[in-house]
Amino acid sequence: MVVNIRKLPDRYYIMPGNAACPGCPETMGLRYIKMALGDNVVLVIPAGCSSVIQGIAPRSGINFPILNIVFAAAASAASGLKAAFEAQGKDVHVVVWAGDGGTGDIGFQALSGAAERDEDIIYICVDNEAYMNTGIQRSSLTPYGAWTTTTWTGKKEHKKNIPYILISHGVKYVATASVGYPTDFIEKLQRAAKIRGFRYIHLLAPCPIGWRFDPGLTAKVAQLAVQTGLFPLYEYINGVFRLSPIAKKYKDPKKRKPVIEYLKLQGRYKHLLNKPDEVKKIEEYIENLWHLIDALEKTFTAEGGKGEAIYRSL
Amino acid sequence: MEERATKVLLEEPQTLFLAPLSRPALGSVGKTGTWRTMRPVVILDKCTGCKICWLYCPENTIFMRDDGKVRIDYEYCKGCGVCANVCPFDAIEMVPEG
Ligand SMILES: Cc1ncc(C[n+]2csc(CCOP(=O)(O)OP(=O)(O)O)c2C)c(N)n1
Ligand code: SF4
Ligand code: SF4
Ligand code: SF4
Ligand SMILES: [Mg+2]
Repeated sequence: MVVNIRKLPDRYYIMPGNAACPGCPETMGLRYIKMALGDNVVLVIPAGCSSVIQGIAPRSGINFPILNIVFAAAASAASGLKAAFEAQGKDVHVVVWAGDGGTGDIGFQALSGAAERDEDIIYICVDNEAYMNTGIQRSSLTPYGAWTTTTWTGKKEHKKNIPYILISHGVKYVATASVGYPTDFIEKLQRAAKIRGFRYIHLLAPCPIGWRFDPGLTAKVAQLAVQTGLFPLYEYINGVFRLSPIAKKYKDPKKRKPVIEYLKLQGRYKHLLNKPDEVKKIEEYIENLWHLIDALEKTFTAEGGKGEAIYRSL
Repeated sequence: MEERATKVLLEEPQTLFLAPLSRPALGSVGKTGTWRTMRPVVILDKCTGCKICWLYCPENTIFMRDDGKVRIDYEYCKGCGVCANVCPFDAIEMVPEG
């Protein structure tokens, strides 16, 4: 399945004149959801930038039916919505669109619960690596070394690996994606849409405001995260793990771009650019991450090429 | 009591809409074109109509013209410059406003 840009629907999925900052990755990501899934989608949005992007009532800047909900309830509200649609005989994609704070910290128990119950919903974490809406505070998904207003000498802990935790839940579908590669994200959404049960997509969403880069570079920064090996793109479907075709080559450390190219574009890493020890810690993190990917690849294989067949059939 | 609740859910969905609903509309916070400090200008001779800029534009303010090239809606374009950075043919130039 290859996405043809010319055949994607060309409609207002994000309404021009919304409240997002220039270069916002969340509005980029929202457009791709409907390009992939069509109009039959209801969004559940816990507090975060995407609540604010909608703008001022009675107008909304996001062209989806939306249930705005408290942090702790996003995944459970989505479970209930899906059950209600089923009771009415309606086949609707219920999609949670939650930030990294809403996913990894405040909404985590509801997410874990819905995953364990294998609720028939798609949960997307739009990961801009901090609590942006309230002014750039650290979350458990903020990476090592990054400046935020609550880690102003750089965060001392590494990023929590949520997609890996979701794989450990044994759900039907887990994928990582980046707004730098929209067609890959759209493809993953379309594959997820064909599966019943709990589906999780982790979307990297570089934020020019919180990461301190030129708003014209959102796509480029999102691509560099993948090209430096810092954010591997993969899918896990029904127990089979696969690196995404566009990101496969970064398995080889020699093919990766130096991580400094990614760090130097972002003001949030300014304080560690001339500290080789700190940069080394990030390089070690990348190494470890790929050891884990290697282990996942070896663990979740299907005999006799069945794995590829699963991907092709969807 | 329970029966009534189910009835309301299944047969009278309209009774659920007690709170005011927002509807999708242009300009939910006004004419965001006024936020711009830089203006993206399409160099039509270079534009191939590949739609890459359209795919990445965070604002949905890039449109296809009848001749297959693109045009920009300056009423709402926020001037982020994403389009100029992703265009593989350097067909979008950012020029200072005003
Ligand atoms: C229980 C609760 N705690 C705190 C808040 C305040 N709050 C609103 S949005 C937000 C940040 C959300 O961050 P994230 O989920 O990463 O989304 P982003 O804004 O980055 O898109 C916070 C802390 C709240 N609304 N509810
Ligand atoms: S702070 Fe970042 S994620 Fe939030 S609206 Fe602005 S650009 Fe988008
Ligand atoms: S990306 Fe460049 S060449 Fe392609 S349609 Fe846009 S302006 Fe034209
Ligand atoms: S400058 Fe930004 S908002 Fe304006 S058309 Fe280009 S990508 Fe869209
Ligand atoms: Mg966030």
